[in-house]
Amino acid sequence: MNGLVGRAALLITLPFIILGIIAVPVAIKRGRRDWIAIAYGSVLANFLLVSAAAAAMIVALVTHDFSVSYVAQVGSRATPLFYTIISLWGALEGSILFWGWVLSLYAVAVVWFNRERPGNLVPYSAMVLLAVSLFFSILLIGPANPFHVVFPVPPDGPGPNPLLQNHILMGIHPPLLYLGYVGMSVPFAFAVGAVLSGEAESNDWIRLTRNWTVASWGFLSAAIIAGMWWSYDVLGWGGYWAWDPVENASFLPWLTATAFLHSAMVQERRSMLRVWNLNLVVGTFALTILGTFLTRSGIISSVHAFTTGTIGYYFLVFIGLVLLTAVAMVAGNSDRLATRGRLDSAASRETIFLLNNLFLTAFMLTVLVGTLFPLVAEAVRGVKVSVGGPFFNRMTLPMIAALLFLMGVGPALPWKVASRADLKEKLLPPLVGAGIMAVIAIVMGIRNFYGFLVFTFVGYSAAANLREYWIGARARRTAHGENWATAVVRLAASNRRRYGGYIAHFGVFFVALGITASSSLRSEREATLKPGDTMSVYGRTVRLKALWGREEKQRSVVGATMEVIDNGTVRATLEPRMNFYPTSQEPVPTPDVRSGVFGDLYLSLVAFRPDGSTATVKAIYEPLLYWIWFGGGVVVLGAIISGWPTTRRRSVVPVVIASSNPARDAA
Amino acid sequence: MNWRRASIAGLFVIPVLGLFIYGLSHDPHDIPSPLPGKPAPTFALEVFAPGQPPLGRPIGDTVRLAELRGQVVVLNFWASWCLACRDEHVTLSEVARHYADKPVHFVGSLYQDTPNNGRQWIAEMGGQSYPSVQDPHTRTAIDYGLYGVPETFIIGPDGLIAHKITGPASARAVARIVDSLLASGTPGKGAP
Amino acid sequence: MSAAAAIIVGVAANVRSQTPTSTSARGVPGDSALEARTSAVASQLRCPVCQGLSIQDSPSELAQQMRSLVRDQLAAGRSPDEVRAYFISKYGEWILLAPAPHGFNLLAYALPVLAIVCGGLVIVVAVRRWTAGSTEAS
Repeated sequence: MNGLVGRAALLITLPFIILGIIAVPVAIKRGRRDWIAIAYGSVLANFLLVSAAAAAMIVALVTHDFSVSYVAQVGSRATPLFYTIISLWGALEGSILFWGWVLSLYAVAVVWFNRERPGNLVPYSAMVLLAVSLFFSILLIGPANPFHVVFPVPPDGPGPNPLLQNHILMGIHPPLLYLGYVGMSVPFAFAVGAVLSGEAESNDWIRLTRNWTVASWGFLSAAIIAGMWWSYDVLGWGGYWAWDPVENASFLPWLTATAFLHSAMVQERRSMLRVWNLNLVVGTFALTILGTFLTRSGIISSVHAFTTGTIGYYFLVFIGLVLLTAVAMVAGNSDRLATRGRLDSAASRETIFLLNNLFLTAFMLTVLVGTLFPLVAEAVRGVKVSVGGPFFNRMTLPMIAALLFLMGVGPALPWKVASRADLKEKLLPPLVGAGIMAVIAIVMGIRNFYGFLVFTFVGYSAAANLREYWIGARARRTAHGENWATAVVRLAASNRRRYGGYIAHFGVFFVALGITASSSLRSEREATLKPGDTMSVYGRTVRLKALWGREEKQRSVVGATMEVIDNGTVRATLEPRMNFYPTSQEPVPTPDVRSGVFGDLYLSLVAFRPDGSTATVKAIYEPLLYWIWFGGGVVVLGAIISGWPTTRRRSVVPVVIASSNPARDAA
Repeated sequence: MNWRRASIAGLFVIPVLGLFIYGLSHDPHDIPSPLPGKPAPTFALEVFAPGQPPLGRPIGDTVRLAELRGQVVVLNFWASWCLACRDEHVTLSEVARHYADKPVHFVGSLYQDTPNNGRQWIAEMGGQSYPSVQDPHTRTAIDYGLYGVPETFIIGPDGLIAHKITGPASARAVARIVDSLLASGTPGKGAP
Repeated sequence: MSAAAAIIVGVAANVRSQTPTSTSARGVPGDSALEARTSAVASQLRCPVCQGLSIQDSPSELAQQMRSLVRDQLAAGRSPDEVRAYFISKYGEWILLAPAPHGFNLLAYALPVLAIVCGGLVIVVAVRRWTAGSTEAS
């Protein structure tokens, strides 16, 4: 029954989607505005039908309906309810269904929130989103069909991949990732819509696009941090980023989207960089499709890789279509849209944003080249090579340092032109911050060049961003007599985009310090202990209290109870474990972590004697590691503040639309 | 809409797609080994599972590759925790017996496991016709560039690695390679 | 400031060697200079059974064994290049986590640099063109 409902819903939605895609250009060409409603109706129908399919899948999972192929693949009666529900996105077919659902949700949201906007931008955007939905719907009735009938119905299933059953973040990271990733389809749809409707020459679509991009960017940032946190808590090596191809795939669109968030401001103010912004938006979307292609096609081996099969060829066709149409569209309109504006001075915030874009784009290209290079090298030389951490770290550290520095200069410089006095007044004081952080870095023990540089630049830029808040709040206090707290809050509310952005900058600073300190000052010890033995790392002592084992419904667990000792008293108890699943020959280690403001104590159970006499434990101390997760939260807060809709939005629209080509837009 | 520019830009997409098509037809997990054709890394490892007559060797005996020069050596890396090794276990024992009167020597090497586990596993699997040795600190496996188990190396009488089989070995594959080595090489009379 | 002092003390304590009650190759030996050299080489070698981790980072058994082999070879007087060459002869170029900067591999290293240089030039030219004719405030 579930399978039938699901499959039927996914089949029925296809004609709706196709109808909607056709309705838009026909309606616009014939001047029948009311036919646009057909397209919007398709958007709604698609959402309802895909939701029905997703609901059917969740019901099937929870009721252990093993007649549905996807449930037979990832379901198990022994798996706890939470992990059963989230196994919706644990394997390939379910993840495509989830993608399709998030996309349909975004399409409905785009249409709903912009339903009163005149012009053809929104209809064309809806058409683009429907076209993308069409691709995923074809996958869902074809190679990624999760509703195949399984007969005879098996009594039980193998359960989800053991690695995906260990941590609550498995329920948080994928939805955030999809909201961010799929969300990048919306700016793309707006960009195509803007070109097709003739609005690309005006700047209003940029503001609209930027608002939606902030939301997707916020989700994507949260998703990347959550993924790092999951990796840290689950994988047992104390690290959080391995430059794995799929980690890179999530990071690439984040980089171009960040670049866009900044250069969009230049376009809004100066009507410049229009072609470049189109490139960024289109590129971001292309990178999301590339990322999902890499994960699902099997062309690059990765921790995240789903099963392979014919689905790779479908993605190849889709990515080919996307790249060809997008590239053709941007290139074909480039001469018409090219910058005709002026810059007042090279010493201005505009220039800093150009540099910001330069380094972010170079960063993106570096990661892209590194990820694809093994494939290229094999094609050219026939030899397999690896491109991993050492390459990426070495090549991207200079760019990261440059970006951290620019994050302090950009907010400080005014738009248009900075006089020499401006430069002195704005750029010199933050050097105090740089000095303070330099000293702190040395005191903490950082001895490598880039570690020191990151601390110093963060000091400079954090001081610069703080100063902007201080200058603004001080002005408010003088003008309105508010106290500091009120002044800061009202200041941020008065210009959410700007001050929310500064908060996002602070988030990045925390993340940068956390990453730098935890890698430069990381300290590791491994020892085999009998109960009662102690070991020390970085001045922290832990003692093995007991080695134990227990049976759980879906797995067997062996754990070590470790006590953290300080001056003879037990400060905390940690229990690193190894989980043995019947379906996997390698146990899944679950480390245990004691997080503090100054650092994390990370314990991992590496080995043990079956008689329980000894346990081999790896203890790692990573200074400032929690600042990474904290910083991620601050980044998301900045995105929320920056992107929070203001009531002024609607009134801007009609004024600007009037200036675009009325003949073309006649409905 | 400038179609000329659009077309030229579109051309740049073609090599990218070509790269992906290439990628789809290649398996990223299949990493070729540089060892075939090179001299087999030497080893001297202690027997922990004696095998069965006539191929057996006593526990504690040392199997040295140097002494086997002139014979065909089939070196198979296995482990008791390895599911795929079960597929080839019976096959290898049978093939080994088939070549009992020829200058062919089968050796199993235990990978990342304890001799007790190994002996227990052999008993469960109904015995192994040839001896198995233990590889302390996995040094020999690393010497042979092992990615996992099972992997089987067939070494010719000249001491060069003739072939590497990744994954469970089939009787036909092993027999084909051993036969061709016996036919072409000059089998000596090394003491088993 | 006392937190920072505590950190300094912790760093100093870090350097003192730890003798664990281990009989296997897992024990951490007392020579921290050798450890540092081992880490440096191990960080460049890929763990064959993991996804993209170095044998320095990987918790897997094989990675531990390979690391101890690296340590022994360095202790026996081999140079890092020789140790790397040994592993390449066994596993192929794939075992290096960053492609050796020779021949075609140089492309991977050159492209990012080229991107910044070319992009930088484009920006310089563009800014010049866009500010031409405006009053430069100076």
